[in-house]
Parts: sequence; C-alpha cells; structure tokens
Amino acid sequence: MMLLHKFKVVILVALLSVVFLGGCTTLPKTGPDTEPAIRQQVDLVPEGTELDVEVYDPIEGFNRGAYRFNHYFDKYLFLPVVAGYQFIMPDYFEDRVSSFVDNVYEFNNFTNNLLQLKLKKTGITLSRFVINTTVGVAGLWDPSTHWGLRRQPEDFGQTLGHYGVGHGPYLVLPIFGPSNLRDTTGLVTDTVAFAVAGPPAWVDDDTTTLVFTGVSAIDKRKRMPFRYYGSGSPFEYEQIRMLYTKKRELEIAR
Amino acid sequence: MRPWLTSIVLSLLLGLPAAAIAVDKPYFYPYVNPLEATVMELPPYYHADIPDKVPTKTFKVYPFPEREIPKVFWYEDGLICSLTYQKKEAPLIFIIAGTGARHNSPKMLNMQKALYQAGYHVISITSPTHMNFIVNASSTMTPGNLREDAKDLYNVMQLAMAEVKDDIKVSGYHLTGYSLGGIQSAFVSMLDEEKKVFDFKRVLLINPPVNLYTSVNILDGMLENIPGGVNNFDAWFDNVMKKLAEAEKKMGYFELNGDYIYKAYKRFPPREDFLAALVGISFRTDSASMIFASDVMKGGGFITPKNVEMSNSTALTPYYVAANRTSFEDYFKGEFLPFFQKSDPSLTEEKMIKRLSLRSIEPYLKSARKIGLLGNEDDIILAPGEIGYLEQIFGNRAKIFPTGGHCGNMNHQDVVDFMVDFFAGQEG
Repeated sequence: MMLLHKFKVVILVALLSVVFLGGCTTLPKTGPDTEPAIRQQVDLVPEGTELDVEVYDPIEGFNRGAYRFNHYFDKYLFLPVVAGYQFIMPDYFEDRVSSFVDNVYEFNNFTNNLLQLKLKKTGITLSRFVINTTVGVAGLWDPSTHWGLRRQPEDFGQTLGHYGVGHGPYLVLPIFGPSNLRDTTGLVTDTVAFAVAGPPAWVDDDTTTLVFTGVSAIDKRKRMPFRYYGSGSPFEYEQIRMLYTKKRELEIAR
Repeated sequence: MRPWLTSIVLSLLLGLPAAAIAVDKPYFYPYVNPLEATVMELPPYYHADIPDKVPTKTFKVYPFPEREIPKVFWYEDGLICSLTYQKKEAPLIFIIAGTGARHNSPKMLNMQKALYQAGYHVISITSPTHMNFIVNASSTMTPGNLREDAKDLYNVMQLAMAEVKDDIKVSGYHLTGYSLGGIQSAFVSMLDEEKKVFDFKRVLLINPPVNLYTSVNILDGMLENIPGGVNNFDAWFDNVMKKLAEAEKKMGYFELNGDYIYKAYKRFPPREDFLAALVGISFRTDSASMIFASDVMKGGGFITPKNVEMSNSTALTPYYVAANRTSFEDYFKGEFLPFFQKSDPSLTEEKMIKRLSLRSIEPYLKSARKIGLLGNEDDIILAPGEIGYLEQIFGNRAKIFPTGGHCGNMNHQDVVDFMVDFFAGQEG
C-alpha cells in the first residue's frame, strides 16, 4: 500500500500547486510602448480553423511550471540515478531487468485488453505472461516475442478513450511528465489496481514492492530518450503537447 | 537532434532501413530518387567504418557576456560547442553544422567520428541559424547574412580555441561545414585570409548552396506538396497518421523502431509529394524556431508584439502558429532585408540576394587552391545549372558524386574516404 500512499501525496501536491500556480498569467507583460506584431495569428489563419497545436490547456501556467520542475528533477536527481544504475549494471543485466519489469506490468495490459473486450490481445497477453514467467525464468527473458507473440500495451487511459472519453485538459504531471485528465485518471486507476489486485498483492511484501517500484521507475526512465529542453526548439512545450495528444489518439485507435 | 516534430515524424515514418544489397565498387548509392536519398537514412551496410564512440567533451563560450537574455529563454546559457580530442599533437578541424542543426546533430557526430579516426582534433559548431547561437553568439541576431555570420563564427572559433588550448596540442587548422555550414565555411575562410588567426590549410565545402536565397526558396516551396498549404497541415498530418494506422493493421503490429519502419516503407512506398512535403516541413520547423528566436532577441515586432516581456510561463502558441506560417520570402522581405537596410539604406533587394551567393566571392573561390568542394549531382537544393557552375569554379578541386541527394550520403564509405583524403592532401 506504500505505492498508493505515495500516489495520494503526489496528486495532493499537484492539486495544491494548481490552486496556487494555476492562476499565473500566460500572457506576455505589456507596457505603454507595446505594439502589435506585423504577422499575427488572427491575420494568418482563417477564423474558426481548429489547430492541432491548440490543445485544451486551461492551466498552462501550472503546466509550464511542472515542465520546468521536471527538467530540474531530471537533471539533479532522476538522470544521475539512472546514470549510476547504468554504470553499475552490465548492459546484459539491464536488459534482464527491463524484461522482468515489462513482464510484471503485463497485469495492466491484461486487465485493459480485457476491459476493452479485445479478446485475442487479452489471450496473447496471458500467454506471454505464462510463457515468459516459466520458460523466460520469471520474466527475465522474453521468448514470447521471438515466437511471434508481441506485447499488447494497453492502459486505463486507453480504455477510457476506447469508450469515448475525451482527453480533457492537458496536464504536465510532476515527475511523470506529459499527460491529460483522462490519462492521469487512467494512471491512478492502473496504479491502484496494480497495487490492490496485481503482483504486489500477490507478493504481499512492502519491501519487495518498494524495491520493484524504484527499480522499474529507473528502468523506464532509462529506456526513454526524452530530455526536457533537449529539442533545441523554443516551441518544445507546444510541440510535445501536440505530439503527446496525437500519439495517444493513435494508441487508442489501435 | 532535429526539432521534435520533425524528428518524430521522420522516425515514425521513414527511419532506418536495414537491407543490405551486395555491391562492389564503384560508388553505389541505394536511393536513386534524390528526395529519398535526402530523407531516408543510409542503410547500415553502406555506412563508413567508424568508431561507435570517440573522446568528446562539450564546453560553452560566451561571445557576449554582458548580454541580457530574455526570460523566455531562461534555459539558454552560453553557446555549447564540442571538442573531439586526440591525446597527441594533431591538426584540428572546425565543422560548421547545417541549417538549424547543433554541434551534436547525427551528421556532426558521424563527421567527428570519421575525422577523429583519421587522426584529427575536431571542434563542432552549432549553426548560426540555431536558437542557441542566435541567443548567445550572434551579433546582429539576424542569421543568414553570410558575411555577418562569418564574423560571428570566426569569433566563436577563437573563443572555443581559447577554451581548449590547454587540453590539446594543435599542429594546424582546417575548416569544413555542410549545407548552410558549407557556404559559411567559404566566407569564414575568406575572412581568415585577412585576419590570419587560424590560417586554414584546407577548407572543404560539403553540399553548399550556390545561392542561399535560391536554395531556401526551393526548400520552402516543397511545402506546396501539402494540398492546401500550411493551413492544411493538420488535415495532412491526420491523414498520415491514419495511413500509419492502416499500415499497422495490415502488418499486424506496430513498433517504433527502424526495422519496422523499413518494412512498412517497403510495403507501402511513400509517394514523391509526401517526401517533398516532409523536407519542406523539416525546413519550416527549423526556420520557425529561428524567426522566433531572432524576433524576441531584437525586442519583437515581426511575429511577437514589440516591447513586451515574456516570462518562463508565457504561452507561445500564437507565435508558434505565426512563425510556422511565415515563409522565407515573408521573412526576407518583412524582417531580414529591412533590418540590414537600417544600417545601409543603399542596400537593395537585388544587392542582398547577390550577397547571399558563392558568386559574390567567385574570384576568391577560383584562386584559393586550399578550398575543395564535395557535391552531389542530384542535390535537391540546387537550381538547374548550379552543379555545373560549381564544377566550373572549382575544377579539379570539385568532387561530385552522381547520387546522394542533399547531404544524404555524408556517412557513405566512399564519401568519408574522400573527406579524409582531402584533409590529408596538399593544396589542389
């Protein structure tokens, strides 16, 4: 239940920050000598045009703050820890860890494929878990993929999307990064389900769960090449917001 | 790395083909279509044999230490350069990146590795069109004016040398650059003839435009391959996504890796207009960042309001939208030319366009035996006749490959061999 508790804290902090920072203006500060730009959106885009880049983002001030926070969190804590992990672990063992982590999280793929009544994919996921846990020695290897049983990733955000729930306001979660109201709801639900009915409940040992949570977080960050402010574009926030939203649409349509 | 949109679209759709077709010498390039040659990554089979990792460190230079950086660029602090170093004394090569590219773009990394292997120190310099350069190292904050760019670059090179001089032993200097960095190398070399700080021994221009104005308009024009133009980008992009989803259904699975993308590419070959649109989008994305950075640094007025203060929380979406709808022609006439006309009222449009060309320094290029040219017959940024012009100016100092598109073959073994031989050789 450690995990659940941690989550509550994160969500609480996020909500409080929304209250305090959400009101921050995102408009530039003008003065008496301010003049409009020569080229403005109103003149360049026909009225009523819907633009992908204009993702619904009512608490942009907070989101930009969280985006900055994540940059610092990465820089001073997360990435150094990941680098230390990579320094200590031989690549071969890192791959075993990745395999193991993926296998444990098949629980969420299974429940969400089932909830979406994707029976074939549910079956594949179940077979993968059984094969990888036995032949793959507790999931350290992934023989299923070699035999053509590919991973079928689904999460509760996708399940909600599958049943027609829209993405809602865009959110940048502290530590977790780009999300939206639908996907955050999904993340919380998946985490709770995982903790209450998934592998941590089967093992029922707080220390094991805690170690697993930490290692899986490091492993997942390691596999994610994304770096905040790493694109070299002044519009990175806008581009990530648009691409995240599009990417999730594609994943839900799948 | 390219800006996110581009890199993700490219990797999503095109990526890394892995096929190897048995070939012998002479030069063979697997993509005959120049757009494919430009966009698609060279299959690993043809890659030059270069090390995976070379000793490299990054450092920062501050050409304008007094400059106050606007709060919206709070993450900008100094121009980042990189040094690839030999343990023993060796000649040093400066490389200037192409439009919108950084010191560590994939093409730059490949060159660092190839030149390190050949025994050189390398200092890699971000393009003057990149935000990092505009904010920290550009004197006019209006990139593209080649003579001004050359002065900024020359200044950066000196500061970079001052930064690393205690760490390496240098026996002489060379210079190179690709694409925009190629034409800039020519102007930097000319400046060096006068200043003699480095006294470059060999200068190699890789796939340079003959006239920047012409080439940029060619690239910009490729956006017309999006039916309905930029304002229809979203519909086009949605369509691309749908096609991708269809391809996925037919293939039975989806993975974000080169192997998958190459398989998808083989089964559903992209159309010519699609590839051209991608090149256009990639260019426009870079140019939008450049125009925004330049405008904010100069106090706004072009695509951002004049005299406003943007903070680290300012929403930039409206400026993103405006910048992406600003063609090079709009920028050239609305901002670039008027800016330089302020200090030189006699400067006409025609005069400016002429300045942005290798033709404006033709006598120098003809006489400077140290300068060599590496080009491709099918380079998409050249206008008809321009490859002939390059051959005529550089004569036996020009090496023209028959295929390779625009910078598509820079990591091909034959091309890398030519580069390495060029710097090892004597004046041609």
